[in-house]
Amino acid sequence: MRRLLDLLPPAATFLAIWAAWSYATGPGGLPSYLLPPPGAVARSLWDGLASGEFWPHIEFTLTATLSGYLLGSLAAVITGILVAESRLFERFVFPYIVAVQAMPKVALAPLILVWFGFGLASKVVLVGLICFFPLLVNTIGGIRRADPDLIAMARAFSRPGWWIFLHIKLPAAASAIFAGLEIGIVLALIGAVVGEFVASERGVGYLIGSATVNMNVAVMFAGVVILAAFGVLGSSLMRALQRRVVFWEGDRNDLPPAGRT
Amino acid sequence: MSVARAIVPEQPVLCLSELRFAYRGAEPPILDALSLDVAAGAFVAILGPSGGGKSTLLKLLAGLERPQSGTMTLAGTPIRGPRREIGMVFQKPTLLPWRTVRDNVLLPAAFASRASEAERARADHLIETVGLSHAAALYPGALSGGMAQRVGLARMLMHRPQLLLLDEPFSALDAMTRERLSLELQRIWMEERSTALFVTHSIPEALFLADRIVVLAGRPGRILADMDVPLPRPRTLDSLGAPEFARLASELRRLFDSSVAAGDAVR
Repeated sequence: MRRLLDLLPPAATFLAIWAAWSYATGPGGLPSYLLPPPGAVARSLWDGLASGEFWPHIEFTLTATLSGYLLGSLAAVITGILVAESRLFERFVFPYIVAVQAMPKVALAPLILVWFGFGLASKVVLVGLICFFPLLVNTIGGIRRADPDLIAMARAFSRPGWWIFLHIKLPAAASAIFAGLEIGIVLALIGAVVGEFVASERGVGYLIGSATVNMNVAVMFAGVVILAAFGVLGSSLMRALQRRVVFWEGDRNDLPPAGRT
Repeated sequence: MSVARAIVPEQPVLCLSELRFAYRGAEPPILDALSLDVAAGAFVAILGPSGGGKSTLLKLLAGLERPQSGTMTLAGTPIRGPRREIGMVFQKPTLLPWRTVRDNVLLPAAFASRASEAERARADHLIETVGLSHAAALYPGALSGGMAQRVGLARMLMHRPQLLLLDEPFSALDAMTRERLSLELQRIWMEERSTALFVTHSIPEALFLADRIVVLAGRPGRILADMDVPLPRPRTLDSLGAPEFARLASELRRLFDSSVAAGDAVR
């Protein structure tokens, strides 16, 4: 019941936007080649899904996004751990990490397409590259910000270095790592779509691009709605996971999650 | 307690000789030419103003810092790093928020999933000793400040340490909780019969807990006074009203004041 009530305000906003949009595109309003009425967008979304026309595109974009995201995130956490734990490694690579971090990665999209071809591989590489850096920086910061008093305590009780890393530094970094993962999933989607814009024969980005050529604005909007749904779904999934894993942060300390002892 | 340790009174178990410590060659050093012998089973309070090197002394004993010169031996063996026979309580509770109270007490050994039967039994006994049996499965975020420091006390005792180091463990607590925990610490120490070094800047706390009070002050920190506290045990909160207590307190306060003045003069 409470959850239903919580849904009421956003539902009201949705209806208001729908009404305003309908009015603006109604009689005497904007022409449908600029802004199609919401009903037309909903219909083209439904038609595309029901006819099966959208599914290969959705599958392509999801595959590119998820595989790039997984590879990029894994590489970021491992590199982050190495940088945070090894001063030597840090001195070799950190200046370059900072430099590449400051660069807009989408500018590399054409180059990556030349290198990795127009298929899935180039999208995976671009996605991985884009979600790598925020997570890397968060991982390094999270590990470095582990409470020095906790570390001194563990040393006083003769705990070895690997133990301190595993049981103090890594859990301390967990919430920063999750923040990086949450940013990453949205960036991954951007990476996949940009890659598809530049050169592709499939994907939701390609769908939007080709609809633009045909001035099929309703399909363009349908593509945007699909991408928005992925973004919202992905980041709320990460948030839910964070609440479960990093249970000690926030106000639920007295309620250990099920399955822990 | 189950294990009785042979205690030879007046036999020093901890010997510090000519300790000198400075951070990265900073002058003046924090501690210089500090020598101190502590008898086995004694409860010694290290009393002094902030910045007198009290906490630094405990860090050296815990093996967290190395002195530039001088020697420290515990039961005849030099202290060169953290040792299992030394247990410590810190000013802040320093509990792992992602581990239960039981796991935090087990930390010096291994967490519950890996701990031996004996270790688990020891942890549960200690949790009971500090009155937290009902909270053993809770996470530290659900504990009050006083409860968290009790967990710290239990954790310190996990390995039955010979030497207890307590770095102003009650300084962040309210006055009532402080008194209650001082009473409990006395009871636990009387059961465990370890040697204890208790750093504090509170004169009543030092008098209530200690057999011997060492006043450490100045820059570099040195021992200004070393006095015995001949009050009978177990002491109760009523002991705080005894005339002997009041006399010792005012004597210490005089020393304390002169040491603060001396400290100012050095700066």
